Amino acid sequence: MSDLVVRAEGLRKRFGKTQALDGVDLAMRRGTVLGVLGPNGAGKTTAVRVLATLLRPDEGYAEVAGIDVLKQPARVRRRIGLTGQYASVDEDLTGTQNLVLIGQLLDLTTRDAKKRAAELLEWFDLAEAANRRAKTYSGGMRRRLDLAASLVGHPEVIFLDEPTTGLDPAKREDMWGVVRTQVTQGASVLLTTQYLEEADALADEIVVIDHGRVIAHDSPDGLKRRVGGLTLHVRPADPARVPDVMRILDAVAAPGTAASADTAAGARPGAVSVPVAEDTALDHAVPALRRAGVELVDLGLHLPSLDEVFHALTEGTPHSKESELV
Amino acid sequence: MTTLDVPARHLSGDIDRPRGGAMAALVRHSVALARRSLIKTVRTPEALIDVTIQPVIFLLLFTYLFGGAIAAGDRGAYLQFLLPGLLAQSLALGGIALGQNLNADIEKGVFDRFRSLPVARSAPLIGAVAADVVRYLTVCVFMLGFGTLMGFRVETGFVPAVAAVALSIGFGLCFCWISVWVGMLVRTPGAVQGVMFLLIFPLSFGSNVFVQTDTLPGWLQAFVQVNPITPLVSTIRGLLIEGPVAHNLTITLAWMAGLLVVFVPLALRAYARRA
Repeated sequence: MSDLVVRAEGLRKRFGKTQALDGVDLAMRRGTVLGVLGPNGAGKTTAVRVLATLLRPDEGYAEVAGIDVLKQPARVRRRIGLTGQYASVDEDLTGTQNLVLIGQLLDLTTRDAKKRAAELLEWFDLAEAANRRAKTYSGGMRRRLDLAASLVGHPEVIFLDEPTTGLDPAKREDMWGVVRTQVTQGASVLLTTQYLEEADALADEIVVIDHGRVIAHDSPDGLKRRVGGLTLHVRPADPARVPDVMRILDAVAAPGTAASADTAAGARPGAVSVPVAEDTALDHAVPALRRAGVELVDLGLHLPSLDEVFHALTEGTPHSKESELV
Repeated sequence: MTTLDVPARHLSGDIDRPRGGAMAALVRHSVALARRSLIKTVRTPEALIDVTIQPVIFLLLFTYLFGGAIAAGDRGAYLQFLLPGLLAQSLALGGIALGQNLNADIEKGVFDRFRSLPVARSAPLIGAVAADVVRYLTVCVFMLGFGTLMGFRVETGFVPAVAAVALSIGFGLCFCWISVWVGMLVRTPGAVQGVMFLLIFPLSFGSNVFVQTDTLPGWLQAFVQVNPITPLVSTIRGLLIEGPVAHNLTITLAWMAGLLVVFVPLALRAYARRA
């Protein structure tokens, strides 16, 4: 069996005047997580819908679990789970009823479907709400139920379209735990996200999509190297200490870089940022700041934002027509 | 969260073959999806107004407000004439909600999940239509029950009356595929209602539902003659009150078959296209 569990070549799809996919190639290795990163409207959802057999591309080839998505969609559907961007649970049904229905549609016997539903509800901390209508669930609970619904059939390949959009940070980390568990159990996960942090936390490889094209396919580390890595961000309680902080942070700066006071538009002044090579920079910076008696109100290690990723990846190449028009 | 013990992924035999073959799977999936629609119906009784209170309002309105004028004061006779016709109109109107619900389901993304499952494309639509039987039965029970309170009497017998109800439900199930198709085409549930009203009101008023056809001008009589509601109403009148049934029943059954042949494929195709 092929090592690639998802393979797509030259996918194109046009909606009216919008070229949603403009020749997308994708490859995901079995048992890994592929993060598809991109801004709104980049074509992430369209790509997922093509791979999940919901949408026929205008051109191109796609294969999931070794099966041609266009020629044998029914066989693909038996091997995938899909959680869309908006929780698509049925609000008038209870948690149990939602999952049992999916089980029945997957040809489980009613008994097995009920057993599987109970198991998943337990696992997703929804057992107490099992017999309540999904209408009464919180946003996080709906997301979990939606994710549970995509796991009913023990899918080989799981597609998650922005699974954590709109979730608070704690719920987001819960969701990450679920994804990791699925992978340890042998599934392969393709997830789209707008957050570099999320792709970095979960993905073995990251594909960056913009304007319907793949502009990078790399490991998270490889991507970070190309983009410029981590930034250490420090805000002293007393703005007068900014020069001291800059001096201390210069010592941990990545080769060829230096600390700088934040002057970006919109940023509150009085903070200092420095590019660092790795997170061990914290181990040096924090004691040094303490020795100098600098009181801090904020200290953090940040990945580059999605904006910065795009800027770095498209730097030097003429950017698309849309941006010129703006 | 605790860890999950992993049952075998291949749950029963060949993963690519639906249990019991394709036809059995279609029936099973449609039943499961019909059950979903029924649960929703039971949970939202207010969504039954169009098959309970609304037909009764029409019945009251036409019997007591217009009935005296139309039937020269004999409201009782007019009720006997009107009720079978209003039953047909209520069945046609009763199908609108189905198209609206399907439209809302698609907008919410509920159907994306169904479409990502190994289920026949037609199962979600067939299931939803099958569950509508309950609504059409409700129309019949409310109309006949309330009509009886107002003085309506079945003049034939129990068996013909049951046949009238069965035919009514059957017609409702065929006619509602138009609503399903419209529901796949338009963007909002409100638009489904708008389009269906435009279709149904000419059909129900331009028929023998409210007045005798021979009171109409010639050009309108011509329309009434080709209107599928007319033979349906004549058949139901025959089955509940009196009169020949065979000819009109044949025409009605032909219309029902025609509705299915035309609108089921149209609805399925529109559903498949709606991404």
